[in-house]
Amino acid sequence: MTTTTQAGTVPRKKLSPRKRAQRIRWIQYAILAAVVVLLILTVDGRQVQSVFFRTDLIQVTLTSGLPRALLNTVFYTFGAFVVGVTLGTLLALMRLSQVAPYRWIASIYIEFFRGVPALIVLLAFGLLSVAFPGLRFPLDPYGTVWTALGMVSAAYMAETIRAGILAVPKGQVEAARALGMASGMAMRRIVLPQAFRIITPPLTNELILLTKDSSLVYVLGLTASAFELTKFGRDISNSNGNLTPLVIAGFCYLLITLPLTFLVRRMEAKAKKAR
Amino acid sequence: MTDMTTTPARIPTGDRRDEIQIYDLHKSFGDVEVLKGISLTVHSGEVVCVIGPSGSGKSTLLRCVNMLEEPTSGRIFIINEEITDPDADVDAIRTKMGMVFQSFNLFPHLTVLQNCTIGPIAVKRVPKAEAEKQALDYLDQVGLKHRADAFPAQLSGGQQQRVAIARALTMDVEMVLFDEPTSALDPELVGDVLDVMRRLAETGMTMMVVTHEMAFAREVADRVIFMDGGVVVEEGHPDQVIGNPQHERTRTFLDRVLNPTHVHTGELDPTSVVDPAAGEADAEAEIPQRTRGLF
Repeated sequence: MTTTTQAGTVPRKKLSPRKRAQRIRWIQYAILAAVVVLLILTVDGRQVQSVFFRTDLIQVTLTSGLPRALLNTVFYTFGAFVVGVTLGTLLALMRLSQVAPYRWIASIYIEFFRGVPALIVLLAFGLLSVAFPGLRFPLDPYGTVWTALGMVSAAYMAETIRAGILAVPKGQVEAARALGMASGMAMRRIVLPQAFRIITPPLTNELILLTKDSSLVYVLGLTASAFELTKFGRDISNSNGNLTPLVIAGFCYLLITLPLTFLVRRMEAKAKKAR
Repeated sequence: MTDMTTTPARIPTGDRRDEIQIYDLHKSFGDVEVLKGISLTVHSGEVVCVIGPSGSGKSTLLRCVNMLEEPTSGRIFIINEEITDPDADVDAIRTKMGMVFQSFNLFPHLTVLQNCTIGPIAVKRVPKAEAEKQALDYLDQVGLKHRADAFPAQLSGGQQQRVAIARALTMDVEMVLFDEPTSALDPELVGDVLDVMRRLAETGMTMMVVTHEMAFAREVADRVIFMDGGVVVEEGHPDQVIGNPQHERTRTFLDRVLNPTHVHTGELDPTSVVDPAAGEADAEAEIPQRTRGLF
């Protein structure tokens, strides 16, 4: 705006709101530029590279079993997610049950597993086979991890799924029942598919959290073939006294989580079309 | 879950001509009594329109007929089976009547075709190919065969309601309940839906229609029921109930509905109720051609 528009009536000192916003924006740009210049001047680029991105260590990390570790992370996460969604759906239905004790049991479960650190649950499950000699989870250590992480995430997912079920309009059930469907069939074929569509974004968020939580698996004392990204990166980092392998492990998590985020966005766009 | 093995209760004096029989139906929501003793019968092939001010209980009455609302007391028989019997297989009885809702209630996650096949496939175990063939036939009759692969959200309100009517018919129903089927529609879309309903009536389908469309009621209905305050105030031939109402409450209601912009005096303007589009001669001419299955 030119000054002619505010000439006259407005006192010279006071800026118009629009002018003031513009000035504040310029200040913000100036601060950003100052910080960037400061960083460039003070940070030793070569040292950063040698600590975080050492070329020979990148080579070592990539060739000494990174794909295997990446695959294990995906495997741990996916299994736990399947357990979580299944158990979470069951808990959500229990929370909505007409039978009061089912509601109580589900509530107690949810409050317990949301309040206890996942690390403790994982440790407890790891020790189960010590406490009860002869007890072994199928597909150990995968079975242990799936159960432990799945049980924790089920507590979170149950509330999400319950909200999703409640978000499906009542008329949907009525239309299904009016067609002669029994209540269980209406739930399975009409309500749940819509509920899961509604909660796809928060559920994928849960999947992303699980991907990162799978790093807790390192406490279980695994054999090298069962290493996931964090344990794998940490071991090489420890033996070399350099952060590069851990940084690479970190980027590998992004390799999993970023496509997931992208996928959610596409699914949301598609769901918008179907709604 | 319902017990599939119980034999449905039957009235001893079963008259097959009576598709819906309601005896002394009461329904309360908490302390509020919405239906205060309704008794009525809908005969086979009859089109009954239920009219009345909002809050009069007409939607509740309709929803009680297929037990979407559980009656507080009273008995309801659907083709001689008592749906209010605690031992009745409500799900099985519901397959004999379709329901069309004010807000369409199409399943948004299914295509138009899937909306029309899920009932037969899931409930009646009809093979998919056969169910699809039938569904396309019904969709053709409501003029929407070409949108079979669309999702409900891609259709206009009027198209959605026509799909909902097709869906209600896919169960090979004996009767269809309509709960204010045009109330949620833009005015210019009402006509198409009423047209489909009119044609459905001409096939001899038993229909119970809660509606505010007086012209439609007058033209298509065999009988009009005026409800107010949870009771049936007046019932009879549309020409009588709408054209020459006997009760003060009916007159007041019709005056408000038919002359929404006028100052309401409570007096009925005799010229206003005669809708030229629904002239008696036209209505008479269309009704006799009823043949089931041609729709």
